[in-house]
Amino acid sequence: MDFFDRFAVPHPSFLIYASMVGIGLTMLAIVVGITYFKKWGYLWREWITTVDHKRIGIMYLLTALLMLFRGGVDGIMMRYQLSMPENTFLDSQHYNEVFTTHGIVMILFMAMPFIIFFFNFLVPLQIGARDVAFPRLNALSFWLFFMGMGLFNLSFIIGGSPDAGWTSYFPLAGNEFSTSVGTNYYMIAIQIAGIGTLMTGINFITTILKMRAPGMTLMKMPMFTWSAFIANVIIVFAFPVLTVLLAMGTMDRLFGTNFFTTDNGGMDMLWANLFWVWGHPEVYILILPAFGLYSEIIPTFARRNLYGYKSMVASMVVISVLSFVVWAHHFFTMGQGPFANSIFSITTMAIAIPTGVKIFNWLFTLWKGKIEFTTPMLYSVLFIPLFTLGGVTGVMLAMSAADYQYHNTMFLVAHFHNVIIPGVVYAMLAGMTFYWPKIFGFMLNERLGKWTAWLLTIGFVLAFIPMYITGLDGQARRMYTYSESTGFSLLNMVSFGGAAIMAIAFVLLVYNIYYSIRYSPRDIGNDPWDARSLEWSTHTPIPEYNFAITPQVASTQAFWDSKKNGHELFKGEIEKIHMPNNSGLPFIMSCMFFVFGFAMVFSIWPVVIVSLIGILACLVYRSFEQDHGRYISVEEIKETETRLRGAKK
Amino acid sequence: MKVDNSLPLEYSTEENNLKILGFWIFIGAEIMLFATLFTAYFTLENRIGNGPSGAEIFEITPVLIETILLLTSSFTIGLGIHAMRLNKKKATMGFFIITLILGAAFLGVEIYEFTHYVHVGAGLQTSAFTAALLTTLGTHGLHVTLGLFWGLFILIQIKKRGLTPETANKSFIFSLYWHFLDIIWIFIFSFIYLKGMM
Ligand code: HEM
Ligand SMILES: [Cu+2]
Repeated sequence: MDFFDRFAVPHPSFLIYASMVGIGLTMLAIVVGITYFKKWGYLWREWITTVDHKRIGIMYLLTALLMLFRGGVDGIMMRYQLSMPENTFLDSQHYNEVFTTHGIVMILFMAMPFIIFFFNFLVPLQIGARDVAFPRLNALSFWLFFMGMGLFNLSFIIGGSPDAGWTSYFPLAGNEFSTSVGTNYYMIAIQIAGIGTLMTGINFITTILKMRAPGMTLMKMPMFTWSAFIANVIIVFAFPVLTVLLAMGTMDRLFGTNFFTTDNGGMDMLWANLFWVWGHPEVYILILPAFGLYSEIIPTFARRNLYGYKSMVASMVVISVLSFVVWAHHFFTMGQGPFANSIFSITTMAIAIPTGVKIFNWLFTLWKGKIEFTTPMLYSVLFIPLFTLGGVTGVMLAMSAADYQYHNTMFLVAHFHNVIIPGVVYAMLAGMTFYWPKIFGFMLNERLGKWTAWLLTIGFVLAFIPMYITGLDGQARRMYTYSESTGFSLLNMVSFGGAAIMAIAFVLLVYNIYYSIRYSPRDIGNDPWDARSLEWSTHTPIPEYNFAITPQVASTQAFWDSKKNGHELFKGEIEKIHMPNNSGLPFIMSCMFFVFGFAMVFSIWPVVIVSLIGILACLVYRSFEQDHGRYISVEEIKETETRLRGAKK
Repeated sequence: MKVDNSLPLEYSTEENNLKILGFWIFIGAEIMLFATLFTAYFTLENRIGNGPSGAEIFEITPVLIETILLLTSSFTIGLGIHAMRLNKKKATMGFFIITLILGAAFLGVEIYEFTHYVHVGAGLQTSAFTAALLTTLGTHGLHVTLGLFWGLFILIQIKKRGLTPETANKSFIFSLYWHFLDIIWIFIFSFIYLKGMM
């Protein structure tokens, strides 16, 4: 009996049971649906075993959208709980679980896959390559990430969710205070997803360094590729810290070690420090590619070259270095003394300088431009003032003495949502709208798109600006309720209203996708926005080999030059193209990781051992496997090219 | 597959080049991994709770033997790669075998060392210091173990398939990995053992 007890959710409620049923039914419907339409083979051949960067990208996108929904539901539940004093919608335990999973899902399973979607889809196209450097590793990255995501979400219905905050500080996250398996899920699911992300980093650095089209020197790369390059460098340096950190956390929880405990010499602050040594660079991993996307969108719709290319690059490099030396600003109040606090205050404030450089560069790009307010541009223009506000409150938080007032209040919550939503989320939505025609061959509806952007912005302002005020008045973060006499109720109700409007905006986004699938015209050509970089120079839909002839590049805006200044992009003859073969191994291996993770969470050692052996067997198989890929013949390429050219004029 | 014969075998194709660069970047990540472990170790070094300290449990003899074994193996894998460049299959294999034997011997001594620690009351759960020590050493040891299997598979492939651009590439990357583990060991030797014994 004992054995099975562990799998029950320790703290069930009607909502959890209802969602269990809901999830169960959805799964069943999907399985029945696929079987009914006989799509298993298609799914296996075209998606599960694929090594094509575009398809892997699309799978990242779908996961990100799914997780945006899950995290969004968490968010709205929290706002509803706080909308009235002494509300009983969620009790304290549930509230803890909800804010913990909300944070992790949004950062690691929504924002991360969203940016990795852009890495995957865009980087090879922007540099004129046929795929990434290691296509199979790329598939493995995705599937490990996916399994980590799945395992994490399983916690909700089997065994209980983590509840110690997305930061999982010890000793709270230790066995003594977090008795359910929830925090085990945290340690292990994030570990599996994190290993996938680390491999993404290695893959994209190699791709960008080695596979650029002839003529594309580093300083001629499109700005998004630059941002992706720097973000991946940060990944490679920051994620191993997370790997070690989570391994140590796992050992504390499962093997009784004393890294972060309060006796036998353990040191809880070591967790906090190492967490933020990873955690702060992590937020820059998210924001830099977002900056990159804005740097693609703004020049396109201002019809001007990006202002200050070199300073854009330099500022990103400076940010990436600084991002590793500011971590202690997350715990100024936790006892490191005024000297250390002052140093970290100064380094933190210094980040505002390169960030400011970028803001001015975008403004100068807009200056005297012939601005066209498409949906992606609308997001970008809304981003500039809103993000600046978030940056300014960041500098406020960075003043260590003043932070004693703000720390762990709603002010902090307002700050990071203020940088993450207009910064990262707007960029993701803007980028998605911008590249949608290239990916799927039709545009999203502009009218609905603009409505979404405005609703999202109104909702955002109403939801988060009041938190600055309640935070300054002392409303604590991560508290499931407050009393009437605090006077927080009105502003919290406004916040809930804002959150509801944001929810409507997301519904509108989904409706827009549905609407556009049905009604959008399909004959949009290869370059519907009159854009600038190489990804627009190939056909829509993009052939699997991306470019029939490798493009020649001579400037940062190669495609624009080929359209306006007579630059010849595609010189030479079509030759046969080498492509990698599909492989089921990444998926199978990741499934074993999933089993391994699950068994670890519940300490079922025989299964741990068996799945480990399975993982090793996959590695052995891979070591001995000989696979030299395949060639696409010249005739085949020519045929595809004529067909694609014929599809539209 | 285009093969460029003016370059050493392991660099001779496009794919091989990518793999070598990718592996260097991976080593960058590994450096961060060990750096984090060292940071944790140095932070927790003196937090021994009720357990023994480093000075009380470290023994110079096994550690010296381990060092000599691993350093020698790093030398022999270097000779192996040299033989590979001269296209001497037998010699390459020979040096690989010696390397792997030395590696296995290292691992044997390390296992002895671990049982010794547990014996004198410095188990994984004893204190923050022992946890950090055993995790750091264990992570290195795990790398060596995986390396032994990996090296063995490459050896089998050289035997079966000869020195091709592919096997040469694998061998070369393996040698990078092996040297890297050696360097990490030098850090462990100096900053964990010697510093701890002083
Ligand atoms: C000018 C730039 C920025 C500065 C000076 C800054 C400063 C700070 C400081 C000092 C804190 C800790 C406050 C406290 O705990 O009391 C903080 C928290 C945070 N910041 Fe920023 N920040 C900046 C930009 C960003 C960006 C661009 C992002 C994300 C894309 C971000 C995400 C976060 C998050 C997620 C937290 C809260 C973490 C938590 O405790 O859960 N920040 N920021
Ligand atoms: Cu930070």
